[in-house]
Amino acid sequence: MEIDDFIIAIEEEFDNLNPGDVSPNSVFRNMEGWSSMHALIFVALIDSKYDVLLNGDELKSCVTINDLFDITRLKLNGGAAKA
Amino acid sequence: MKLFAKIRKISYYLPGPPLSIESNSNNCYHASQDEIGSDLAFKATLKLFNEFPEIDKCEIDFLIVSTLVLDYNSPTTASVLHHKLGLSSTCGTIDLPQGCSGFLYSLSVAEAMISIGNARNVLILLGEVPSKAIHSEDIVLRSIFGDAGAAIVVSENNTKAIGKFTFATFGNGFDFLKVERGGGRNPIDEAWINKYSDQVNQLSFGRIEMNGLEVLRFALKEIHGFLEQTLVKNGLKISEIDFFIFHQASALILKSLQRKCNIPEHKFISNFEEVGNTVSCSIPIALETAAALGTFKKGDKIVLLGFGIGFSCIGTVIEW
Repeated sequence: MEIDDFIIAIEEEFDNLNPGDVSPNSVFRNMEGWSSMHALIFVALIDSKYDVLLNGDELKSCVTINDLFDITRLKLNGGAAKA
Repeated sequence: MKLFAKIRKISYYLPGPPLSIESNSNNCYHASQDEIGSDLAFKATLKLFNEFPEIDKCEIDFLIVSTLVLDYNSPTTASVLHHKLGLSSTCGTIDLPQGCSGFLYSLSVAEAMISIGNARNVLILLGEVPSKAIHSEDIVLRSIFGDAGAAIVVSENNTKAIGKFTFATFGNGFDFLKVERGGGRNPIDEAWINKYSDQVNQLSFGRIEMNGLEVLRFALKEIHGFLEQTLVKNGLKISEIDFFIFHQASALILKSLQRKCNIPEHKFISNFEEVGNTVSCSIPIALETAAALGTFKKGDKIVLLGFGIGFSCIGTVIEW
């Protein structure tokens, strides 16, 4: 699991993003037009790509794309209770 | 002699012109101020009898109604519709208000009634007006839900056309998607009416409250395995299925489930963009819309999978 693949998947998922728009330090809640629906899209994307289902507390604890990547990788490697 | 059941005819009714809500890409329909669920179900039934004159209403011997806005807490809305439609006095009636799973729950009862010889023609009526229980500020809900009515006749058949049903309930999720107030647990009072005096009907049917994240997590966590159970129970592999019609919950849930279940796009039927989430009506409307386009051929196997409020799941496989 590499962060570059993670970022590419995110950029492909959102219509308003272009390649290069997202970096590991991007604060995802500052994305243009951010709404609660975007958070759901992240959860669905991560489940689809990595078979990791984030919960509300995990989502709330993340600020940057790198945070999302880290928590996904941690759960993928069995580092947290499976949701 | 072994008895079997088959979905014989479907008609549906969409109130008014389509509305395009805010920035969302999907359309939906809203009932008029004085219409409730049974009114839409009634109009769908008149359409059914008009479109299919070979269906004799005197031969309907059981009526099942699913709606989340009942005419009265008691008697059943099925009794009210039985009277309005002039059905036979020998016709049995029940309400089965099971939300988005309502159609398939009703179909499972209809199939059971027919296959044990208790009925020959069962009329399933669905009428949903979620728009009347959504606060104007609940933009996501407004963009997802739409109103509709549907009427389905299930009749005796020579061969098996409706497979075995699988059921699941995750009652610990009941609080994540519900109509708040309006029931005996927490009735609507003067303070509620005053609080929502600026809303359509003062939200006097209650207010839909949804934890979107938990609904999504439920779908992602449970539906894939539930589909597998439905296939196993019917002795089928996913590759043997011609089409899949899931409850049209939302564009995101449908897209996510299609991916997760590895269903090819051409087999995954969706009309969410045209009508939104019409609660119990969503599967029959999607089924009839695809049928009208000539999508199905005789003998096609179609998975029908409902899920929603409760949380509940129900699945089966029908043969076209």
